[in-house]
Amino acid sequence: MSDLPTAEEMLGNVKHRPPSTDWMDVPAEIRRGIACYAGNPKSLELLGHPNPRTWSCFDDDWQLPENWQQIIHEGFKERLEKFRSFKVFMDICVRCGACADKCHYFIGTGDPKNMPVLRAELLRSVYRNDFTRVGKLLGKINGARPMNYEVLKEWWSYLFQCSECRRCSLFCPYGIDTAEITIMGRELLNLLGLNIDWIVTPVANCYRTGNHLGIQPHAFKDMLDFFSDDLEEITGIRPEPQFNKKGADILFVTPSGDVFADPGTYTAMGYMMLFHFLQEKYGLDVTWSTYASEGGNFGFFTSHETMKRLNAKMYAEARRLGVKWILGGECGHMWRVIHQYMDTMNGPADFLEMPVNPITGTAFTNAASTKMVHIAEFTADLIKHGKLDLDPSRNDHLKVTFHDSCNPARGMGLFDEPRYVINKTCKHFYDMPENSIREQTFCCGSGSGLNAGEDMELRMAGGLPRASAVKTVRDRHGVNMMACVCAIDRAVLPDLMSYWVPEVDVTGVHELVGNALNLAGQHERTMNLRSEELAELQGTAEDTEGQTDE
Amino acid sequence: MGFEKQLAKKKDAIVKDWFDRVSGTYAPDTAQFLKNVQDPINNPIGQSLRTGLAGLFEQLLVGPDKEAVKTYLDPIVRIRAVQNLTPSQATAFIFVLKTVIRDHLKIELDDNRSVRSLFAFDSKIDSLSLYAFDLYMECREKIYDLKANVERSKVYHAFKRAGLVVEAPEDDPGL
Amino acid sequence: MNKRYILSLIAVVVLFLIAYLGVEAVPASKWLFGILIPYVALIVFVAGFIRRLLSWSRSAVPFAIPTTGGQQKSLKWIKPSTIDSPSSKSAVFIRMLLEIVTFRSLFRNTRMKLKEGRVTYQLEIFLWVGALAFHYAFFTVLFRHLRFFTHPTPLPVQLVENLDSFFRMEIMQDFIQIGVPGVYLSGLVLLAAVTYLFLRRIFIGNVKYISLASDYFPLFLIFGIAFTGIMMRYVLKTDVAAAKELTMGLVTFRWSIPGNVSSIFFVHLFFVSVLLAYFPFSKLMHLGGIFFSPTRNMRTDTRAVRHVNPWNYPVNVHTYEEYEDDFRDKMIEAGLPVDKMPEPQEASAEDEEPAAKPEEPEAGAADAATAPEEKE
Repeated sequence: MSDLPTAEEMLGNVKHRPPSTDWMDVPAEIRRGIACYAGNPKSLELLGHPNPRTWSCFDDDWQLPENWQQIIHEGFKERLEKFRSFKVFMDICVRCGACADKCHYFIGTGDPKNMPVLRAELLRSVYRNDFTRVGKLLGKINGARPMNYEVLKEWWSYLFQCSECRRCSLFCPYGIDTAEITIMGRELLNLLGLNIDWIVTPVANCYRTGNHLGIQPHAFKDMLDFFSDDLEEITGIRPEPQFNKKGADILFVTPSGDVFADPGTYTAMGYMMLFHFLQEKYGLDVTWSTYASEGGNFGFFTSHETMKRLNAKMYAEARRLGVKWILGGECGHMWRVIHQYMDTMNGPADFLEMPVNPITGTAFTNAASTKMVHIAEFTADLIKHGKLDLDPSRNDHLKVTFHDSCNPARGMGLFDEPRYVINKTCKHFYDMPENSIREQTFCCGSGSGLNAGEDMELRMAGGLPRASAVKTVRDRHGVNMMACVCAIDRAVLPDLMSYWVPEVDVTGVHELVGNALNLAGQHERTMNLRSEELAELQGTAEDTEGQTDE
Repeated sequence: MGFEKQLAKKKDAIVKDWFDRVSGTYAPDTAQFLKNVQDPINNPIGQSLRTGLAGLFEQLLVGPDKEAVKTYLDPIVRIRAVQNLTPSQATAFIFVLKTVIRDHLKIELDDNRSVRSLFAFDSKIDSLSLYAFDLYMECREKIYDLKANVERSKVYHAFKRAGLVVEAPEDDPGL
Repeated sequence: MNKRYILSLIAVVVLFLIAYLGVEAVPASKWLFGILIPYVALIVFVAGFIRRLLSWSRSAVPFAIPTTGGQQKSLKWIKPSTIDSPSSKSAVFIRMLLEIVTFRSLFRNTRMKLKEGRVTYQLEIFLWVGALAFHYAFFTVLFRHLRFFTHPTPLPVQLVENLDSFFRMEIMQDFIQIGVPGVYLSGLVLLAAVTYLFLRRIFIGNVKYISLASDYFPLFLIFGIAFTGIMMRYVLKTDVAAAKELTMGLVTFRWSIPGNVSSIFFVHLFFVSVLLAYFPFSKLMHLGGIFFSPTRNMRTDTRAVRHVNPWNYPVNVHTYEEYEDDFRDKMIEAGLPVDKMPEPQEASAEDEEPAAKPEEPEAGAADAATAPEEKE
């Protein structure tokens, strides 16, 4: 019995390290529950990515090419020249620690290597050794070390524990962006064929079928037809979405998650109602595309090149269909790509027109060059001009809060548009505490392709700060619904809520719009888009509210 | 009853010591962060420990009420269930209270009657610990449930609603 | 981890001994420490600094990736956050200026916490205050030292000197005995700030964890510089006129080593030289780097104005034509428009199609969606 630890020992020895162990001496562990499974070789082959093979990150041997260190070194060098961000961020960090406690993965896991500064040091340590003389000279004492298998495993582990949310970059006095460092690190890993399956297989699917889930065109249409059936039952009106229509006014692109996974599907129904309303009342001609049927871009989590390869479809399809401009659905990283990369990569979009909302006459001058408008901007403009017939009382049973998704927040600045739409479609809206919203928003814990199943512990831990903020407004205001403008959020936040704050459900902003929107000739609306009876929902809400507007 | 009064008197010191030792579960640099940052959103681990341990100790003193215990215990265990801890590590923090109490009541425990009270108190700690294990398992089962079902069934349900997977058996999400 | 600061400390002590013992033992080495090394250090500093800036500017800026810290400029009736989400050049200028002059991002750390008014949050504001105090004190000290390199001393330098020592009348009078030359607040603040920045690296767990030798070394060195400076001025009463003779000699290239310059002066000068020479190869280059940071120095109007990537290259894409070839029959069957109707000859190709994709069964959509989970 004596070799069994006491409770004290058990508690104290979790990390198996004395207090002064240098972080470089703590070996990297690839842990179940944290790590994601390795990429399927078929997907790598389809994309022409290097080193496709069947392997597992839990193996000792990762089956790397013999000259892998050289590949990393040269890839590193190339990227230092191609990306000033990378080079400057390698050089100027003073390790002041301002970012240390800003990362949701650090806050949730307590693992010190999840401090943004250390995540970057994983790469910097190799940079110092390979590219600076002082670093090489002083070695470990100055935080330099040569690339080896241990370091590579550490990279893998921690570069896939970063959701590229940029929260740390907001607090850094030099604007050092760990997302940028993670992006580069993942590019380097991909040179060796090291990617997680949850990223590379959606990428391969998207490349071939047009969307991450690998949904073929007829199935895409079937899904929307089915939503029409549902909407007909709910409203008495059957929207007829248009597909691949040449000469339409607007091409609409949204993440495929909205079409194929609950509760995003209800958001898709909201879009369909909106487009139907606009077509009937104002003659606006919107088309969906089965080719560009994915707004999201997991290529962004792989490499700049892969991102460009997937993103190219949006402009290509807009050109082929001859639309005037593009409207984008609710998605997070999709909007970072559109807002900061698309025009540069695949533009100029000179074959499109300056986006003008023909109904209100509003010119979206902020999208003058990229020619793509966010649906929250579009809908906010319509509501502001009184062009929608809204009855927010159908959302009265909801006490709504809003989760700012990282990418629209810190890579775009989309804050007030969705809040305006929510406020016009719902009676009860409560923001979460100031340090967890807007530019300071916390990640859902599953961004940047980490929304797999096998890393559930990481996702739950990473989402803890977000969940704590939700808990605050639930306790304070009885919030029961969290709205968001991101398909990954809609996919992962229900899991997060069911673990931490089970009373709170998740919705897209345009599901709220759909519920509030009156269609001409509709029958009495007794159900919401989820086909739940409003009377029942209102009844449960009355317990806390004591009034309805019906 | 003298013993529990003694405990109540030293409550703050005992709880603080308990908190410090549990924080020590984490890497030393993290532990300091857990102790120092007071905001429940920026430091949910530290805050749930702080309020949780104090509440649990209070409950042990008054004779635990299961519901009340749960409100304090659940947040702590729920966090530990998703961190890199073995089941024993995740729940060991409760037993540590025994050592803490012995450290703080060295003199009082020279008295036989106090020792008998200590045994009684110890068994309350034991039950608490068993309850913690129940909660821990509940959390782990939830995690496995999420891993196994939720992700795929979300997509599956959408397809099923659309009648695209009619061939699949009713209750089997097409594994 | 202790090793990291102890080695840095030892390095600085060794530097001290080299200069001090060198000058004491071999008087001729004063030429080395007083003239030659400062020149070499300055050349290394200037050349190294420029080289580093050039190397940064040679790296491309392929994408516009500003961090948006506030509401974008979109619809007319939504108020944009001009400074935190700057969409014009002038707004970027203000953002950068505030970043450089007030360390705005660092201050963001403390914003919310002040409201809560709890003691622990004060620790966080100390980083901002400490950093601000350190940099401003350093700058003031540096500026004051222009006195040693100009003749006559320019008015602005004199004004700063007066202002700097003016505070002492208000604050320090009680503590410092009259008779010392006017006490410069900046020197003391510098010493205090550098001490604080060091202590924080020792006592705050996670900052200690991430600190490297190259984080401690400049702190010790700057401490050494400030300390020797203060010693010379207030304790050892080094002959200022003689010191100025030497430094003016450096500027005018009429070198001289006045006999009555104390050894500690050479230590001071040597420390400064080491700092200068070390500067371009270290993290101290954040002085230049902040101007190059793409998350701060770029406009956020990225959808309104196209940013050009100098190395943009064509990539393989899956074209619509290829896509339609893959799925034409299914598209036709589902009533989706296609560009090219299948011709009779293509009927044979049509037959092959299902065989080409054996892994895609009819109800394959659900399988494809869950495919990533099937492994392991």
